[in-house]
Amino acid sequence: MSQKPFIISAEGVNKSFDGFQAIRDLNFYMDVGELRTVIGPNGAGKTTFLDLITGRTKPDEGKIEFLNTHDVTKMSEYEIYRLGIGRKFQTPTVYTDHSVFENLVLSLEGSRGVFRSLFARLNSTERDRLDEILKTINLGSHRDRKAGALAHGQKQWLEIGMLLAQNARLLLVDEPAAGMTDEETAKTGDLLLSLVGEKHSIIVIEHDMTFVRQISQGRKVTVLHQGHILCEGPVDEVQNDERVLEVYLGRKARAA
Amino acid sequence: MNKRTKIELAIVAVIAVILIFVLPALNASGAVSNFTINVWGKYLCYAILAISVDLLWGYTGLLSLGQALFFALGGYMMGMHLMRMIGDLGQYKKPIPDFLVFLGWEQLPSFWVPFSSFAFSMLMVIVLPAIVATAFGYLAFRSRIKGVYFSILTQALTYGAALMFFRNDMLLGGNNGFTDFKFLLGADVRDAGTQRGLFIASAIVLIAVYGFCRWLTTTKFGLVQRAVRDSETRVLFSGYAAANYKLFVFVVCSVIAGIAGALYVPQVGIINPSEMQPDKSLEIIVWVAVGGRGTLLGPVIGAVAINALKSWATRAYPDLWLIILGGLFILVVLFMPKGIVGLPAQIRGFFAKRKSTETPAAAQPSPTAP
Repeated sequence: MSQKPFIISAEGVNKSFDGFQAIRDLNFYMDVGELRTVIGPNGAGKTTFLDLITGRTKPDEGKIEFLNTHDVTKMSEYEIYRLGIGRKFQTPTVYTDHSVFENLVLSLEGSRGVFRSLFARLNSTERDRLDEILKTINLGSHRDRKAGALAHGQKQWLEIGMLLAQNARLLLVDEPAAGMTDEETAKTGDLLLSLVGEKHSIIVIEHDMTFVRQISQGRKVTVLHQGHILCEGPVDEVQNDERVLEVYLGRKARAA
Repeated sequence: MNKRTKIELAIVAVIAVILIFVLPALNASGAVSNFTINVWGKYLCYAILAISVDLLWGYTGLLSLGQALFFALGGYMMGMHLMRMIGDLGQYKKPIPDFLVFLGWEQLPSFWVPFSSFAFSMLMVIVLPAIVATAFGYLAFRSRIKGVYFSILTQALTYGAALMFFRNDMLLGGNNGFTDFKFLLGADVRDAGTQRGLFIASAIVLIAVYGFCRWLTTTKFGLVQRAVRDSETRVLFSGYAAANYKLFVFVVCSVIAGIAGALYVPQVGIINPSEMQPDKSLEIIVWVAVGGRGTLLGPVIGAVAINALKSWATRAYPDLWLIILGGLFILVVLFMPKGIVGLPAQIRGFFAKRKSTETPAAAQPSPTAP
């Protein structure tokens, strides 16, 4: 087949927790170089979907493939990471007792072996790269501060920086705008847009519709509802879809 | 290198000179008694053991309640060699250890034979703890056993081993263990010169182990190690096989404990299964907590201080010792979370706070750059 492989594809995925069907018959395809926004009401299964991709939970049924070759449902978290799938969690998850710089060092792409780690030294290229990232995420002046002492928004940025250091092929970004000012949110959006391309594909989960509009720019948006894909399409189309209005935006509009 | 590490290295250098050169010289000239050297040699072995627990607990978050097992295993390997060195000078004047004669053995059991070699015995001091730690650690970390469950399992491991070693048919001396040692490398074990040599060896090993662990914490391995302690899930999502890192630390620490045990046995002149009893491992935890965990230097201070206190208290108030120990542990946990090592900073913090409450203007946060 000459067709371009999907960066990630999910087929017939089911997952339930104690009888609650979190993911129901999910089929999801995403091209290399795509920036896909996933929206949906609370409990729609957005975060569970990321958990399934990153190996945090295993599906009851179905397969999830990376580049049509690696079935991630049979791999452990760190093996999936090593394929080049990085994740930013909903609540910022950084190493609080390590300095900002050390957080980036831990995320830097390269060997993850025990014995290599004993004698690993940063070379000047790597050091420059990390300093570059520090500048990008606006934490240059906080280089040696403990990450735990950062403000919430700064921790979000640091975690994005960790994804940059990893140089992941697929970035899973869970609610990056939460706890950020409007200005910071816009900047986050710009950063994600500057990354997306052949080297990086991105899945963003978001509630903030302004942010979704900013980053999707006519790209495909996926609406999840009760663990199933309700519809997909450009944000304007999706927002006018009757089913979407019914379950999600409609409800929101009525409430407002 | 920052100011704090410089101060710490200076302190360690001074301690090293005192332990390796000054004290032995004073002992040789008669200014320091043989008894003192012997007791302090024991403390140094405990200090090495305490560092191994700190590397596990303080730096990796693995609260092992079975570290005394590896200490005792190292001790047993040294003990087997010392038993062979008795030759036919035992009570029964036979070429095999007395307890074997007593059990009706005419000849040496085959697994005892290689322990006549000093080199083999020293190798086993390292290899046996490493094998046990690898087997246990592999199973525990692969199954992602964590936190209190890990602690309970390690406690069960050492208890199970103690029960096993108590049995006579293990052919390791049963509940009496090994004692009445006579020679080590051709020298009389009870001779003052030999004891001084063992003291110096313990001091060198202590400084070397400290140096190794300090180096380890500065490597990328050290970064991952502390990351495992603080957020193991995140470590997995940063691509590290956390189980491998934990296994490595666990094995390294078991080997350190084994070496400490091997140095300990010829200095106290006895090894028996009571060294593996669960309470022994719990005591180490108290040393580390009192000294200050996650500091490497603190556990050394804690081990020496508490054992010095124990030597005094078990003579002055023999019935109260365990209550004193328990009380101390509770006090430290409640009021000195950083232990003895953290005390200066804690006192400074206390006075700074008092000062700022007395003059509220000073408590205002100074404007910082955005």
